[in-house]
Amino acid sequence: MDLGPDGVAADFPVREQVLTVAESVPVGRRYHRLLLNAPGLSAASRPGQFFHLLCRDGGGNGPYLRRPMSIWRCGEGKPLGFLLHVKGRGTAALAALRAGDHLSVVGPLGQGFTLDPAWRRILILARGVGLATLAPLTEAAAARGIAVRAVLSAQAPEDLMAAEFSGDSGAEITPVFDSDGSSAVPAMEALLRATFEGSSRPDAVFTCGSNRLFLLLQRLAGEYGIPGQIALEQQMGCGLGMCFCCVRQIRAPDGQVVNLRVCAEGPVFDLQAALAW
Amino acid sequence: MVDLAVRIGGMTLANPVMPASGTFGPELAQVFDLNRLGALVTKSVTPQYREGNALPRLCETEAGVLNSIGIPGKGLPHFIEHAMPDWRRFAAPLVVSLSADTVAAFAEAAALLAATPGVAGIEANISCPNLEEDGRAFAMHPETAGAAIAAMRAACGLPIWAKLSPNTADIAAVARAVEAAGADAVVVANTILGLAIDIDRMAPKLGAGMGGFSGPAFKPIALRLVWQCAQAVRIPVIGVGGIATAEDAVEFLMAGASAIQVGTASFVSPNALLDVLDGLSAFCARRGFARVSDLTGLALPGRLRPAAE
Repeated sequence: MDLGPDGVAADFPVREQVLTVAESVPVGRRYHRLLLNAPGLSAASRPGQFFHLLCRDGGGNGPYLRRPMSIWRCGEGKPLGFLLHVKGRGTAALAALRAGDHLSVVGPLGQGFTLDPAWRRILILARGVGLATLAPLTEAAAARGIAVRAVLSAQAPEDLMAAEFSGDSGAEITPVFDSDGSSAVPAMEALLRATFEGSSRPDAVFTCGSNRLFLLLQRLAGEYGIPGQIALEQQMGCGLGMCFCCVRQIRAPDGQVVNLRVCAEGPVFDLQAALAW
Repeated sequence: MVDLAVRIGGMTLANPVMPASGTFGPELAQVFDLNRLGALVTKSVTPQYREGNALPRLCETEAGVLNSIGIPGKGLPHFIEHAMPDWRRFAAPLVVSLSADTVAAFAEAAALLAATPGVAGIEANISCPNLEEDGRAFAMHPETAGAAIAAMRAACGLPIWAKLSPNTADIAAVARAVEAAGADAVVVANTILGLAIDIDRMAPKLGAGMGGFSGPAFKPIALRLVWQCAQAVRIPVIGVGGIATAEDAVEFLMAGASAIQVGTASFVSPNALLDVLDGLSAFCARRGFARVSDLTGLALPGRLRPAAE
């Protein structure tokens, strides 16, 4: 059996493991950052993949089922990180964890983003906590010499989390806000058209977190012939592809609309194949 | 060394631990070696393509889940052609869960499976809606349950396990009917009908309305059903319903089960099947049981059910 660092068996790439919380801190008004010590799992994880987390606070309280959480930070020698929007019982239990507490994870799961080494630049369009899913892509792109331009959409400047997004990747950030109207669809459309028509036209586009922005990006990327990928979210049962509760409608290459599992065939899908929700 | 082997009708399983249909797939091989299991049980396969039910298909409760997935699938011919090669990678015996709308469709499908290499047995999911009976499940009544099993028995020589429904007034009568019809074992039990309502939307939480309830909160009911069936029939009982730990499994064996299935627990812990298996072996070793089959029926009244078949 081929064993990786800390005994991760290549034959069994998905592990159920109890990890120790290294850091647990609030970010802004409604987000929370969770870093876990997981050398083997973090090195084995890829941007766009997710973990299924058993959301139990320090007292062992939390919902019965696990919650899928996309990877925010991962890589060789780095802690495994999640950036969560605290909005329900599961995320509240996770936010109640403290450094030194334990957390059971299952993963890494799902199909992540793909980067073509021939690409020179990509554009990322993220809204809200969707930026957590897209954040590790910036560092993966930087490592391959691919320039990243990111349009980050938020309610107001204090919700932006630009530093949480770009880390050390050097991504060029264009923030847009509801509070000043710059995130409205017509303004966004003008911004994207200018980018797609200019000298810094991206070789690929990526998005997560907003149905409205997804539809806009799908339409414009289709019009300009730019390939794209989208990370979809869905309520899950098992997270492994066994229960078929997390399906979404996807347009197959032959034009037929089929139900695919977000946990197994996704969560990353071709931008043009995904249907609105 | 504890002898973990159990006999289920004509089949000898290396151990009594297997997955429950609908909560398992080859995907779990990403987590552990599936050949450690006593048997593999597929999601239910239907003769023809099924779209599946409207979303949401699953909702959690305090100690379990309601599901109404709707058996989505591409149909039996597609399963035989495309899924079976994947299943044949595994050495553990493969039991194909089969669901159909009519007695004739059950029989035709059973014959097709009997002609398919690599199928060790059929779990007849007679707990699904029966179009001939106005949507009621075959397993709600002894007559319809017996008719479905008898038709399958006549159509194929494979071992047939009848998966019974808790949604019936007299499960012992249903168990006796499928035994008389030629079933090799009964699997007790499928999910129990339940409901959850979203009070903000003022509508059922599940897209389909009602759903099947499973998980830890269902365990006492499933255990009682196993206990009743074990006293009603001579064929082996396979216990399923809320089993999450080795201690749960021991309870089912003592209530009369010869083997057990782990279902919903695998959603919370993908390692649950292995943990139950290892814990069962440790329990037998600790308590001096040389054979896991010695546990079967120990808690039945007057120990009606001898350990050996």
